[in-house]
Amino acid sequence: MTLSDNPIGASYIYLLEPELRFLEAAVEHLIPTDELGPGARDAGVVVYIDRQLAGTWGAHGRQYRGGPWMEGTPQQGYQSRFTPQEVYRIAIRELNQHCKAEFDRPFAQLASDRQLRLLEQLEKDEIALPSLSSKLFFDLLWRNTEEGYFADPLYGGNRDKVGWKLLGFPGVPSGEYRHLLTSREPYYAEPVSVLDVQTGKAPVDAEGFPKHVIIKRNSDRER
Amino acid sequence: MSATKLKSVDVVVVGSGVVGSIMSMELASAGMSVVCLERGKQFDVSTDFHKPNVYDELKFDRHSDIFQNLARDTITFRNNEAQTALPMREMGAFKPGEMVGGTAAHWGGNARRFLPHDFEMYSRIKERYGQSFIPEGCNLQDWGVIWDDIEPYYDQFEEIFGVGGKAGNLDGEIQAGGNPHEGPRSREYPNPPTQRTYEGALFADAVSALGYVPFQGPTAAMTQDYRNLYRVQMLECARGGFCSSHVCAQGAKANPLVAVLPALTRQPNFELRPLCNVLRVNVDSTGKKATGVTYIDARGNEVEQPANIVVLGAYCFSNVRLLLLSGIGTPYDPRTGKGAVGRNYAYQQGGSVQVFFDDREFNPFIGGGQVNTSIDEFNGDLIDRGPLGFIGGAYVNTSTSGATPIKGKRVPPGTPRWGGEWKKAVAHYYRRNMSISIHASCLSYRHNYLDLDPTYKDAYGLPLLRMTFDWNDNELRMMKYLNERCTEIGRALNGSRLGGTNKGIHFGITGYQSTHNVGGAVMGSDPSTSVVNKYLQSWDISNLFVVGGSAFPQNPANGPTETIGMLACWAADAIKENYVRNPGSLV
Repeated sequence: MTLSDNPIGASYIYLLEPELRFLEAAVEHLIPTDELGPGARDAGVVVYIDRQLAGTWGAHGRQYRGGPWMEGTPQQGYQSRFTPQEVYRIAIRELNQHCKAEFDRPFAQLASDRQLRLLEQLEKDEIALPSLSSKLFFDLLWRNTEEGYFADPLYGGNRDKVGWKLLGFPGVPSGEYRHLLTSREPYYAEPVSVLDVQTGKAPVDAEGFPKHVIIKRNSDRER
Repeated sequence: MSATKLKSVDVVVVGSGVVGSIMSMELASAGMSVVCLERGKQFDVSTDFHKPNVYDELKFDRHSDIFQNLARDTITFRNNEAQTALPMREMGAFKPGEMVGGTAAHWGGNARRFLPHDFEMYSRIKERYGQSFIPEGCNLQDWGVIWDDIEPYYDQFEEIFGVGGKAGNLDGEIQAGGNPHEGPRSREYPNPPTQRTYEGALFADAVSALGYVPFQGPTAAMTQDYRNLYRVQMLECARGGFCSSHVCAQGAKANPLVAVLPALTRQPNFELRPLCNVLRVNVDSTGKKATGVTYIDARGNEVEQPANIVVLGAYCFSNVRLLLLSGIGTPYDPRTGKGAVGRNYAYQQGGSVQVFFDDREFNPFIGGGQVNTSIDEFNGDLIDRGPLGFIGGAYVNTSTSGATPIKGKRVPPGTPRWGGEWKKAVAHYYRRNMSISIHASCLSYRHNYLDLDPTYKDAYGLPLLRMTFDWNDNELRMMKYLNERCTEIGRALNGSRLGGTNKGIHFGITGYQSTHNVGGAVMGSDPSTSVVNKYLQSWDISNLFVVGGSAFPQNPANGPTETIGMLACWAADAIKENYVRNPGSLV
């Protein structure tokens, strides 16, 4: 498998090949493809994570970075010396080493149910990675997966606004909302993203609000 | 290092948020020369917060550059004195701002007054239940002001921030449609109340059946186009959500940027200096007079700004920290109980009961601007606390604040945290839930306080502020009671499932809760237990005023911003009507 085989054909700034393979497999367990629609992999969540790690947040540019570093209590929040960039790099390498030692293969090449079990163990801090808490890594991974699936497509995830379609969230608000505040009719519209407006795909009104295209729903959609 | 010394001005104001902007406006328009120092950047609402870019949850809620830059300055935190405080390395429980306009630039617009009870809480609780009813270790205090003193200044603030609502008590006469339990108002709100949403109507029916009185909670998002006291025009809210954490692209949510600064920056005797980080208040050799402040300007130069009057009008944490860094007053010591600076820090309690439906569907993304339906029966001291065994209370409401897709999803209890079942649950319930929110008080205690951290420093090499805080039994008992009452309301809503959130036994700084940090430089009538007198004037230094959430002796239920704005109007009036004519202590 090569970089160009990745399902959305994107390029990567920070992530390395083994990290991509790991993340494509892992995020698909976190938000799987099913009858409701695409999962995190096809939504571009790995691209999202790559962009985040390459940016200000990935380097903890606005976070306090001064020592001394101590573990702290759960109430004291994030206390790792490592930036998110470093957490991903270290944790994926060490998890793959764990997988090779235990099962002779890196995570991405393991059977799906084995992968799922490993993710559950990461979440419960049951895998003793040499350099950091597996829960610290899992929590970052889940947080970023959820962000990538539901943030504006501007950031590389939520491709085709699949996350918003899943929820029935129409995205950038319509100027009509002010007239619908008391409405009891479910409002469904084709989601509009910031990306759509910036790239001219969604026309806007005089106030700058996009014009929503209302979705007429069949009664069977309600089930 | 020798600082550049500038020409003296009448007033130097630290911070450009609710307090800094309003006090600058009031004092400059009274003819005083005013310099306002702000550590954050200047923003232009029309270009920095324009459509569509402002409708970006990731940018504004998760990675915002209008929140305090923790790389330069944060707090340290621990639950108790036995622990080592560690830095708040990333934004979590609260989001102090860092910009011209301050934290209020991204507030949610919840514009409730406190209750008359709240200002005299110690006296009234003692009178009704006896001194022994006050929990062990609780520093319950009166504010030194009563309702009739400050009601006109609530009124003034509401005329500035264009608050919309329906009076429930006009000069003692209960009004239909409003909150019957509010303090008497001298007149109606400047703007009409919000309309009632579908969720609000269901909530109103359920609470009415239980004997409570629903009302539309007051809001500082304009319910009609409005020209305020400073002749600044604000537009009606478009109900597009993206309120809290965001600056309104419509200019409909009153905040210093849209309600005050357009008028303030036209004052010829006013100067705003952004990107200026104040290091300390300077005091003369007598220790009784402030001579001005010293700050690092945008280019990194150390500058001294002399002034006749110094106003600390920054966020709670910054006001307290500047006092401590300047050596003004006596730092609080929890072992002896002596010293007032840093004493009586309090946070905000709260939680929610969620109702999940299979047969109702809402439009949770339509709303914002504090469209909420509330009840106030649990607030203040209306219900006899004797049998309940706690002090304090909450307002309870259902709010349609514009559910955003990353953080605005709710799933029933028992749903896995991730995976296929989670995906099905968010898809089904995103539009099929409503939340009954509990916004609750928090008393102040001997072992909850602020001081300087012995280890961690900011980017200028100065000690960080250290917070020592945990929940106390009184608040946990209160939340148990409130959760039970709200569960009853939840059942009356006839959903298919109930869920809920609460803050747990120990306070943690992860996960957003509220930015309602108060106390540490509290107002009162006794210099041994307060830092400022009833006019927000330092007991030690009569030309220093410390104004903001830092002045609250404990935290009532209703959300601090309206009262912070009121205190700014009250203190400004005391300065221009009394202090300038007769400088010295106002009490």
